[in-house]
Amino acid sequence: MDEDATIPGLIGALRRRESSAVELVDRYLQRIDRLNSSLNCFCETYPERARAKAHQIDQQLAAGDSIGPLAGVPIAVKDNIITDFGHTRCGSRFLENFQSPYASTAVKRLEQAGAIIIGKTNCDEFGMGSSTEHCAFGAARNPWDFMRVPGGSSGGSAAAVTANLCCAALGSDTGGSIRQPAAFCGIVGVKPSYGRVSRYGLVAFGSSLDQIGPLARTVQDAALLLGVLAGVDRHDSTCADRPVPEYVTEIDTPTKPIRIGVPRQFLSDDNDPGVNAAVRDSIAVYRSQGAEIIEIDLPLSEYGIATYYVIAPAEASSNLARYDGVRYGRRAELGAADDLLDLYTKSRAEGFGPEVQRRIMLGTYVLSAGYYDAYYKRALQVRRLIKQELDSAFAQCDALLGPTAPTVAFGLGEKADPLSMYLCDVYTTIANIAGICAISIPAGFVSIDGKRLPVGIQIQCKAFDEATMFRIARMFEAATDHHTHRPDINDPATSAHVAR
Amino acid sequence: MAELLNLDEVRHVAKLARLNLSREQLQQYRRELSSVVAHIAKLNEVDVQGVEPMAQPHDLTNRLDEDEVVPPMPVEQVLGAAPAVKGQFLAVPKVFGGEDNR
Repeated sequence: MDEDATIPGLIGALRRRESSAVELVDRYLQRIDRLNSSLNCFCETYPERARAKAHQIDQQLAAGDSIGPLAGVPIAVKDNIITDFGHTRCGSRFLENFQSPYASTAVKRLEQAGAIIIGKTNCDEFGMGSSTEHCAFGAARNPWDFMRVPGGSSGGSAAAVTANLCCAALGSDTGGSIRQPAAFCGIVGVKPSYGRVSRYGLVAFGSSLDQIGPLARTVQDAALLLGVLAGVDRHDSTCADRPVPEYVTEIDTPTKPIRIGVPRQFLSDDNDPGVNAAVRDSIAVYRSQGAEIIEIDLPLSEYGIATYYVIAPAEASSNLARYDGVRYGRRAELGAADDLLDLYTKSRAEGFGPEVQRRIMLGTYVLSAGYYDAYYKRALQVRRLIKQELDSAFAQCDALLGPTAPTVAFGLGEKADPLSMYLCDVYTTIANIAGICAISIPAGFVSIDGKRLPVGIQIQCKAFDEATMFRIARMFEAATDHHTHRPDINDPATSAHVAR
Repeated sequence: MAELLNLDEVRHVAKLARLNLSREQLQQYRRELSSVVAHIAKLNEVDVQGVEPMAQPHDLTNRLDEDEVVPPMPVEQVLGAAPAVKGQFLAVPKVFGGEDNR
């Protein structure tokens, strides 16, 4: 029954008593039991807590009490978002035993809306990665091909939604970490505008870049989730005090003719041909819906990676300085002659994986005396120019359209060279740099080696214009059926070669 | 092949970053960082004359909160995740008293 359930679908079934909330949660938990060892999406699940919450929902329904907009909906949370139950490990040995004494605003808001937090999902360590291979607790797999990555860093969340191990999930996005896994897994992923969603309880990676956002099966589900998550929070001074629109009720509202900008830099010859083909098909779909397509020039977008890979590691080196083995997290075994400095250097060397160490080193380097102006200050100047270029683009069009990623999901171990992994983010970093909103939606498939692999297109709108972003995304979804396809996880061809 | 960063510089960065790295790790990070730094040098192509650096995307300035007294998190909760505790204190190796000034 809930093989293809959306949020309204699940809530409708609960209201009509086709299922109790406890039965619904049990079906998700059974699927997790069956599939998680192959997919490694979840690092932790909360069956008892989930059933208890579901039972409360059932009691409310029986008593005729009002229920919240997410009542009974099983949602997974990326493990770099703090819960005050279970562990928050961020895919890191450093936090392997960490239990947080406080809750994140995002999770509090979901639970206040009646959602059932079913588990925490695997991610690249501290959000640093584009494949979920840099997870201390094992790589997550792509449900469309178990030998390929689900993307990252929110790969566990993306795979869990795709495999229907949860109805929706939270991820975080610093340079593409929600959108790229959504594209690789054939689902919807949203990076809200910077400041749209509170970062209180999101373990900090790049404080001027990070946002929590939803991964879901449909645009409407993502819009519903954002409506619950968004809004001012006194615990996060970067969280904007701006009203939250009614994203869902307006999602099918026809608007004035839409102008869609396609930056010529986004249809690069370096992209997989199948990716470019899907983008061209989507342009045709938008044209057929009456949109005006405008060719845009975004020359500074080509500096997105260079800008991002100065700013993000710099901020990360500062944010990860707190992991010192003193107040929480891993503390190395020390010898009699070891002093406080050894406590820091040994705990950190043991606790952090190589990608995190690399980024801390890179960030420390670009901030160090003699290099600060040449790299960090310059990157912040280019940041302003990138933002200004995007602001000019949005004067000509309502949204930018292009691929989310230059390729489809790549194989496990394929991008061992760090720079080759960083180049995956070529289309996603500018949204974080400029603080604008962006969504990845399923746009078709590429066939490789007998497997169908999803392609995602990305729609970017100006800051705090998520309402337009959702409408434009919904226009495409309503005219296509890519989002209805699901991998056949019971198909031997998909699951045959799982190496453990 | 990217020009290699100076090994002493890499060692210095590791010290600043408080990372205890082996010789092999230093060499590996030296190679990998050199390749990334070579890519980042692309930023030199951009004319940034007179451009104000932008640290965060909406040019936010200090947002002040009401000075409202709320109960703090209880000390036991704060210390609950600590690796080593002595009473109400975090226990760490000796901070002062060593001969060399690091």
